[in-house]
Amino acid sequence: MRLVTGLIAGTVALAAPAVAQAADGAAPRRVVSLNVCTDQIALMLAAPGQIEAVSRFAVDPKASVMVEEARAYPTTAGGAEDVFLRRPDLVLAGSYTARATVDILRRLGIPVVEIAPASGFGDIAASIREIGAALGAADRAEEVIARFEARLARVPAAERTLRVALYGANGYTEGAGTLSHEVVTAAGFSNIAAEIGIVGIARLSLEQLILADPDLIVIGLDYDSPARAQEIFSHPALAALADVPKARIAPAHWVCGTPHIVEAVEGLVEARDAILEGR
Amino acid sequence: MNLRVPYPVLIAALAVTVALLFGLSLLTGSAELGLGESLSALFADGGSGGSGGGNVVAIVMQEIRLPRALLALMIGASLGLSGAALQGYLRNPLAEPGLIGVTATASLGAVLAIYTGISAAVPLALPAMALAGAGLAVLLVQLLAGGRGGALTLILAGVALTSLAGAMTSLALNLAPNPFASLEIVFWLLGSLADRSMIHVQIAAPFILAGWLMLATLGRGLDALALGEETAASLGVRLPLLRLLAVVGTASCVGASTAVAGAIGFVGLVVPHLLRPFVGHRPSRLLLASALGGAAMLLLADIAARVLAPDEDLKLGVLTALVGAPFFLWLVVRTRRRLA
Repeated sequence: MRLVTGLIAGTVALAAPAVAQAADGAAPRRVVSLNVCTDQIALMLAAPGQIEAVSRFAVDPKASVMVEEARAYPTTAGGAEDVFLRRPDLVLAGSYTARATVDILRRLGIPVVEIAPASGFGDIAASIREIGAALGAADRAEEVIARFEARLARVPAAERTLRVALYGANGYTEGAGTLSHEVVTAAGFSNIAAEIGIVGIARLSLEQLILADPDLIVIGLDYDSPARAQEIFSHPALAALADVPKARIAPAHWVCGTPHIVEAVEGLVEARDAILEGR
Repeated sequence: MNLRVPYPVLIAALAVTVALLFGLSLLTGSAELGLGESLSALFADGGSGGSGGGNVVAIVMQEIRLPRALLALMIGASLGLSGAALQGYLRNPLAEPGLIGVTATASLGAVLAIYTGISAAVPLALPAMALAGAGLAVLLVQLLAGGRGGALTLILAGVALTSLAGAMTSLALNLAPNPFASLEIVFWLLGSLADRSMIHVQIAAPFILAGWLMLATLGRGLDALALGEETAASLGVRLPLLRLLAVVGTASCVGASTAVAGAIGFVGLVVPHLLRPFVGHRPSRLLLASALGGAAMLLLADIAARVLAPDEDLKLGVLTALVGAPFFLWLVVRTRRRLA
């Protein structure tokens, strides 16, 4: 947990200028978001007309779960020229992947709030609070956080802890200190990657997967190619795992640290209960 | 094969092409700006500084499009020039600026800046660390290659250094703290000029100009070297000095280019081959021609990246390889026919 608290402390420190800006009184009126995760949080918090544009991924159902809401706004490809000409008074960005754009926008005098990718539920609340403060919607942010936490608290506990393997393309898995780990833990599973000491993202070898003998395999990634996801299981050594139930949660649900992550938890709870009842 | 065009005519034609493409680059962007509007905005007041009000179009032209076009010009010229210099010095048609390990080590420096998160915390940490990587590469290559100025040891030292830096870059990718950091590293490695600012121009320009000056002095030495190392030495060419200038000059301009734009391949390899027949295979004449040719090719690639897929942020390194590789294959086939 120390890692997670450290990350939260980091995001709070980053939030300081945004809070100061909101305290000036005037909330920004032309907000442009460059990142599919900040898009969704902004769509939850912003007042009508406050958003000037969202990223083009916000309307992509593979990446975003708020496509309908996002369709009301223009999308931006995210280049500095396009963003600048929309004359934003606040830009929201992820702390990776748009580095050059963020640097040049700051140089042109546009306030930018950068949100680090969430690696736990604590980070989600911190991001919502940070964006809420920047948008001058601190109260609404607290409401959203409270609703999120209440819905999370309503997730029914498991009678018995099942063991889950997160298994993505090329055999990558996610261990302790990742958002996916928190999701499966909240759904009442024990993550086999964390059990064997994996922190962050790492490869799970076939040996490890077979020896761990999971109750459920969650297949990540792979948007529309079921063939490739199944290919993983064509290895003869994995015949032993053929009968293990597999669940697929749409990546859009857990790629971003937003309150929608609860839906991923609930989806896993359904899979969990199906297994428990089946036996 | 000689396609003799008088040298001044060739240089003038290339210079005009570069100038036209530079102008075209300034007129290319996501905003639909008129020709007159753009050009007058380029020289208007109020573009710099940029806080608040100001002339929006002037800011777009002066702060977003101008640095991009300038960098494409400078980096393309650096790649073309150093490619020609190294092919001449090593007398090896496969030589390219990345060969001496500068591109790989500069990339490693940048990747470490992203990996450790320093690039997010300190604005100019990324180019600074990439430059440090390039500097280290020069020292190592010179040490490894020994003092006598032979070509073979230089190639071997460069290959070894490139492999080592490449392996360490892969390791950083492997251990990256989260998928977004890996993505940023991968994108960075592909090379791009998107959203670079005047600060990047200011960082890169001194190193690039210094590199150009060093490489520009090589002409006579390279012509002599075309007759063989011993003949060149007997003609009074000091090989160790020649190598030092070739290596340091390349490292300076290509290291600075990699620091601001990432690794851009194929320009330095293809452009000298393309222009060699036009200059009668004289290494000294190839230097300036390749510099102009490289600038033209990179400007064209950067324009194409914006026109072909304005929403996709097509990576420059991908585009130069996509165009460069088939062209290179054609060159190989043509060479084979000529030899047959």
